[in-house]
Amino acid sequence: MIAVAGLGVHVGRTPVLRALDLAVGAGQVYGVLGPNGAGKSTLLRVLATLLRPVAGTGTVLGARLGTDEVRVVRPSIALIGHDSALHPRLTLEENLRHVAALSGRDGAAVPDALEVVGLRRAAGRRAEHCSQGMLRRADLARVVLTEPALLLLDEPHAGLDRSSFGLVDLVVQRVRARGGAAVVVAHDAPRVWALADRVGELLDGGLVALHRQPAAESEWR
Amino acid sequence: MTVLSPAPLRQARAIAGTELRIEARAGEALWIITPFGAVALLLTPMAVGADRPLLSQLGTGMYWVVVLLFGVLVALRQTATDSPGHLAVLRMTGMPAAARLGGRAAATTVVLLAFETLLLPVMIALYQPDLAGWPWLAAALPLTAAGLAALGTLAGALVHGMAGRGTLGPLLVCPLALPLLLGATELVKEGGYGQVPWLWLLLLVTVTGIGWLALLLGANALEESS
Repeated sequence: MIAVAGLGVHVGRTPVLRALDLAVGAGQVYGVLGPNGAGKSTLLRVLATLLRPVAGTGTVLGARLGTDEVRVVRPSIALIGHDSALHPRLTLEENLRHVAALSGRDGAAVPDALEVVGLRRAAGRRAEHCSQGMLRRADLARVVLTEPALLLLDEPHAGLDRSSFGLVDLVVQRVRARGGAAVVVAHDAPRVWALADRVGELLDGGLVALHRQPAAESEWR
Repeated sequence: MTVLSPAPLRQARAIAGTELRIEARAGEALWIITPFGAVALLLTPMAVGADRPLLSQLGTGMYWVVVLLFGVLVALRQTATDSPGHLAVLRMTGMPAAARLGGRAAATTVVLLAFETLLLPVMIALYQPDLAGWPWLAAALPLTAAGLAALGTLAGALVHGMAGRGTLGPLLVCPLALPLLLGATELVKEGGYGQVPWLWLLLLVTVTGIGWLALLLGANALEESS
C-alpha cells in the first residue's frame, strides 16, 4: 500500500522530512507521533500525493510519487486534515453529494453515510452553521461514502466529544476490513497506540519505530 | 485500487452547478458588487453635470470600464475561493485541474453575464446613449464575460496561497483584460456606424479564446505547483 524510502520533502525552502522510510501493507494501521512542527501533517500530504518529494522514491497504492501516475489512485485515498473539507455555504448532504458526483460514487449512498456518523438529521444544515465536532463527523462520513483503500487521518479526534471517539475507530476498522490501510497522526499517544498495529515517532525529519507505548508523554517529547 | 472517475466534462458541469448554487446563496456578485458598479456609473454624470451630448458619448465606454473593473472583483470573488481542506478534497477526487478550473470559469461567465445585464439598464438610464449599434451587444456581452471569467480564474489559480492575493489578482487581470475593454467598446461603436465590426469581433474572440486555452492547458501545472 505504502512503500517509501529515503523520502525528502521541503515546505517552501525548509526541509521538513529527511531520508524517511515507511512501509505499510494491506490491512495495517500505522500510527505517527511527534511534537508540533515535526512534519506529521506534511508526511500525510505527501502520502496523499498532494505534495511532491524532493528526494527519495516511493509508491502509494502502486503509483510512483512525484509522477502523473498518482492522479489515478487519488480517488482511492482519503485525507482528513486539520481544516474542514466542507464548503461552508453548502449543506452537509450537498457537500457529500458534490464529492460523490466528482469522484464517480453513488450519491444515493450519502444519507446512509451521514447516518453512520449520526448526522442524518443534520443533513440539510449548512456547514457554516455546524459545530467543529459536526464538521469532523461529516468529514468521517466522506470516508464512509468514498470507501478509500488508503485512509490518512490527521488528529482525527480533534473537535470530537468523547462519545464520538468511537467513530474514528469505526471508520478505521471499515477501511481495514476491506483490506485497506490507514496512517493516523496524533498527539494523543494512547489513542494512536489503541488504533495502530505499529507506531513510529517523527524525529528530525525521519521515522523512528516505537516498540512499546511510552509510560508518559515526556518520554517521546 | 482505482476508482473510475466520471468524464471531465461532467465533473466541470458539477463544479459549475455548485459554484452557481454557492453564489445564489452568498449573493456576493449580484447583491454586493453590482450595486457598487451602479454607483460607479453614477459618478461620471455627477461630475459632468447635465451635459447630455457628452454623457451620451461617454456612456458605452464608461459601461465597459465599470464592467472590466468590477467584473474583475466578480471573477475573483471570495466565495469562489477554496479553503486548503476543500481544495485538497477536490484534488483527491482525481478530477483534472482543467475540469475544476473550467467549471469554475463557466460559472463565473454566467455570473458576469448577469452582472453585465443588470448594469446595462442603469447605464442607459443615466447616459441615454445612441442605441444604433446595440444589436452587437449580443456578441460583446457573452464574449467579454467569458474572457474576463477565464482570465480571472487563471489569475485566481496563479495567486492561490500567496500573501496579498486579494491585491495581486486584480492587478494581474486588469492589463490582460484591456483588449476585451477595447474590443467591446469599439464593436458596439463601429456597429452603430452601420459597419460590420469584424476586426473588433475577432479581437474579442481571440482574447477570450487565448484566455480559455491558457486556463485549460495550464491548469494541471498550476495545481501541481501549488
